[in-house]
Amino acid sequence: MTNTARFPTPSADAGPDLSDLHWPNDPSEIPDWIYTDQRIYDLEQARIFQGKTWNYVALEVELPNPGDYIRSYIGATPIIVARDEQGAVHAFENRCAHRGVEFCKTYRGSTKQFICPYHQWTYDLSGSLVSVPFRRGVKGVGGMPADFKLDEHNLRSLNVTCRHGVVFASFRDDIESFEDYLGPDMLDQFDTVFDGRPLKLLGVHRNTMPGNWKLYQENLKDPYHATLLHTYLTTFGLFVAGNKTMIMTDAKGRHSTLCNARPQGRPENDTSKQEIRSFHAAMQLADPRVIELIHEKDSPWTSNAITIWPNLILLRQTNILGARQIVPMGPNQFMLIWTTFGYADDDDAMDRHRLRQNNIFGPGGFIGIDDNEAIKFVQDGMQHSVPRHGVAPLGKDVEGPEVVITDRAIRSMYRHYREEMGL
Amino acid sequence: MLNAPAPPPAKPIDRALLRDLRLAVEDFNCDYADTLDRGDIEAWPDFFTDDGVYRLIARDNADANLPLSLMSCEGKGMLKDRAYAIANTEMFAPRYTMHHIAQVRVTDFDDQIVTAQANYIILETLIDEPTRLLQCGKYRDKFLLQGDKLLLKERNCIYDTVLVPTCIVFPP
Repeated sequence: MTNTARFPTPSADAGPDLSDLHWPNDPSEIPDWIYTDQRIYDLEQARIFQGKTWNYVALEVELPNPGDYIRSYIGATPIIVARDEQGAVHAFENRCAHRGVEFCKTYRGSTKQFICPYHQWTYDLSGSLVSVPFRRGVKGVGGMPADFKLDEHNLRSLNVTCRHGVVFASFRDDIESFEDYLGPDMLDQFDTVFDGRPLKLLGVHRNTMPGNWKLYQENLKDPYHATLLHTYLTTFGLFVAGNKTMIMTDAKGRHSTLCNARPQGRPENDTSKQEIRSFHAAMQLADPRVIELIHEKDSPWTSNAITIWPNLILLRQTNILGARQIVPMGPNQFMLIWTTFGYADDDDAMDRHRLRQNNIFGPGGFIGIDDNEAIKFVQDGMQHSVPRHGVAPLGKDVEGPEVVITDRAIRSMYRHYREEMGL
Repeated sequence: MLNAPAPPPAKPIDRALLRDLRLAVEDFNCDYADTLDRGDIEAWPDFFTDDGVYRLIARDNADANLPLSLMSCEGKGMLKDRAYAIANTEMFAPRYTMHHIAQVRVTDFDDQIVTAQANYIILETLIDEPTRLLQCGKYRDKFLLQGDKLLLKERNCIYDTVLVPTCIVFPP
């Protein structure tokens, strides 16, 4: 539960004057200012990340034992996710209640309590203040006011929910359950990756991205680019427009899943290849273990790219499993935290296979590089040129999930965004 | 652990031999850096033995004994596939990179295997952008000495620059 009595919810505020900004009438147009304007960025923190959203903050496998914790974020706000002695997971702001110090400066660790180094205010694993030095001053002089109560100075705590080993947090208590937040179809997709089996943490990548955070959500809602930008995917048949593909969204249009079923063998005969200038028909891998598919799921799909509004991308590609957390860092920059995992019962060979296959993703990945560069190029264009509207005109909103050369999921995200932002 | 201090040599090594080996590793690193900094990525696999291993690992993962690599090649085939992908399938802005390799140290020599380490810094320059630090890190290497030629059996690049700026295209 949150302790919002001391921390008023910013989304209740009236918001800044945005009367100079106008959303275009054409529903396929997206204005530049949502990617570059500081007022919009600040309003997103209040209305989206601190609003009625469930934000991915950790995997439970990152904190297996009582006392384990990691640094994380909800929106741009640094938080700590910790497991207490009883095994319960807590999330609270990484900011001392006294002088506002961001006191936790380690990626991960294990502790009995958190002590702010500045004045040694000490908090337990749920973020509750347990002691303050010199509370009664020295020799009866100075110290805290007589009516100072420890429990009125806890760290700002967040509402936490866990499903199948994944930890989500919210600034709000008046929010639907995580299951209702996802809706039945997206929950089914979520459970394809997190089927309840214990996980095994393989490692974490971090990178900055010189772009607006929403561009990353768009990227995974955009099947059009997948088959054109990612020569590696098309060349080796991991994702090709002509493959069996589906893109679907939840009822509110905020979450989405892009699924692809990889054919057996190479897709030279796929007629959609003629549209893809970058396809390299002659290329063969010297060591094809990197793209080998080891059957481990009953799913008809070999890749599921799931976007969970507002800060999570879940990716299952062949045997790669990963969560990508989006951390906004101002209108023109965000951080990506890629947490890569397998299942606890994987044997050594499967561990090695997943690690080998992870060459595809991450900020040094065969296709991870493509996306990071493309997003930088988009932001370069918006920052360097005269403002105008971008377009997302492909496909029709009434079409079904099997139509994949479409911007439908991008448009549906922005319909929801405008509602949540009051734009 | 990958970033633990190098253990003392298994057998004592003659000082003159140690110096010669260090010079050979320094020459090797100069050639390696020059090849990558010229952008000749398809020549990069030739610095390795057929079973050569290359790994690029964030220091926080190494500290936590987490095995994930940012790049990982096991053997010449995977090294060549990485080089081919960079040369032919990946989309990225043109860039210059410049390696600076220092503090070369040979810590062991046994059965034609030279164990060595070095610090590295890589500067990256994109069109119309100021030069920036891409990586700083440490090579933890094992070379095979064949005649007077060294080849990498293993290069682990452990980088301090954990928060990667956008992406790393060419292997450090």
